[in-house]
Amino acid sequence: MAIVEATGIHKHFGALHVLKGVDLVVQEKELVFVIGPSGSGKSTLLRCLNRLEEPSGGAIIVDGVDMLSPRTDINKARQRIGMVFQSFNLYPHMTALGNVTLALRKVLGLPKAEAEKRGQAALDRVHLADRAGHFPGQLSGGQQQRVAIARAIALEPRVMLFDEPTSALDPELVGGVLEAMRELRQDGMTMVVVSHEMAFARAAADRVVFMADGAIVEQGTPDEVFGNPQHERTKAFIGQIGRH
Amino acid sequence: MTNWERFVDSFFNARVAAEYFPKIVEGFWLTIVLAACIIVTGLAAGLGLAVIRAFGLRVVNLLIIFVVDLFRALPPLVIIALLYFGLPAAGLSMDGFVCAWIALAAVLMAFSEEIFWAGITAVPKGQWEAARSTGLGFLQTLGYVVLPQALRMTIPPLTNRTIAITKGTALASVVAVPDILGAANAGVSFSFNPTPLTMGAAAYLVLFLPVVIFGRWVETRFAWKR
Ligand SMILES: Nc1ncnc2c1ncn2[C@@H]1O[C@H](COP(=O)(O)OP(=O)(O)OP(=O)(O)O)[C@@H](O)[C@H]1O
Ligand SMILES: [Mg+2]
Repeated sequence: MAIVEATGIHKHFGALHVLKGVDLVVQEKELVFVIGPSGSGKSTLLRCLNRLEEPSGGAIIVDGVDMLSPRTDINKARQRIGMVFQSFNLYPHMTALGNVTLALRKVLGLPKAEAEKRGQAALDRVHLADRAGHFPGQLSGGQQQRVAIARAIALEPRVMLFDEPTSALDPELVGGVLEAMRELRQDGMTMVVVSHEMAFARAAADRVVFMADGAIVEQGTPDEVFGNPQHERTKAFIGQIGRH
Repeated sequence: MTNWERFVDSFFNARVAAEYFPKIVEGFWLTIVLAACIIVTGLAAGLGLAVIRAFGLRVVNLLIIFVVDLFRALPPLVIIALLYFGLPAAGLSMDGFVCAWIALAAVLMAFSEEIFWAGITAVPKGQWEAARSTGLGFLQTLGYVVLPQALRMTIPPLTNRTIAITKGTALASVVAVPDILGAANAGVSFSFNPTPLTMGAAAYLVLFLPVVIFGRWVETRFAWKR
């Protein structure tokens, strides 16, 4: 069953044509890994999926809900789509638990005690149960990103979107975040991940999508795309990141 | 009478002081009430305008900016005079207290709106996006995520601006409000002795010195935190 069905997505920023008819279907429990050069539109595509960015054209169905219909309650629809950002974006004035429980209380309307129980469970899933009372400023980057993951999964979304979740981290902190993502995947979460962590992609991705200039150039299993890229642009890109 | 004795008799005349002390005290309380009215309504209106501005409606925002710039440009005394001396010509007359209240609240509204707005825009866009991505609505995001961070940043400039505008309550004396300065002026014209003004100045010090010190404390407390 398809959780995400995006068809013919276009996005213009003024005169800039950033997405040029992108089709992306993500099956339940699938992990789709998106790569591509800077500026190719990876973040914009991800942000269109939960309508943080308004697509200029196309159709987006997530978990059976037409995301672009004016009749869709976008706040309700977004509960089903977790998002993790490169820069964590934790609320600095709230504790880790406060970050995780805000939407549980204000969006789902759970009573405080129940929200905290669920929030604590979400923190436990990213192995930060003992940091519940810490403020973001008191946590390492890796811990902050795991709190951000907990904040998203606490709402029990049908799909998780990750936009370069480890790019802002010191190398020694990347492992913990990838581990949390791997466990999430093992629990059957559907995921779309924009990242440069190729080793993670090889180990965990079902499918790799290569984007360039606002379009999907090539896609396939990690072995296919990394081991035997078909298009020139893909070859050039894989060669380039391979050298790092 | 030596010069010194004349000086003391003029500014520190015990008999005059005793006579007008109750009036000054009354003025003291009136100033506090006026200041409280201005602060509460001015800050509430300023915050309200900043919140409305956050909706990003072009025409509305242009209107807000116009009103804000208007009240930031006009000298407060001119606004008070317009309300007190001008409005009666249009068949609407208001008490001097109300005129001073409205005028200074409007000025505080204008300045505080700019400060609140600066605070709101200083909160990173990622905060909005993170909150909205979890399904929080616009107002929920503003209320639970953005404003708490924005207000923290605005406290030092807001405190200073509020103190500055609140001192403008002395202008109310021009429109016959018996606040501290009004009471002191009245005392001077009845006694032909400036001692009531000395007491007035002392009363202002008693009122505002703690506030200024509080402002200084707020400034150091909140300045570099974030
Ligand atoms: N809000 C915006 N306004 C105008 N242009 C934008 C905006 N957001 C993105 N763009 C442009 O759209 C293009 C695609 O940006 P996007 O962030 O999606 O690329 P990306 O593939 O995620 O790149 P990176 O790997 O650097 O994150 C870029 O040229 C970018 O400058
Ligand atoms: Mg990006």
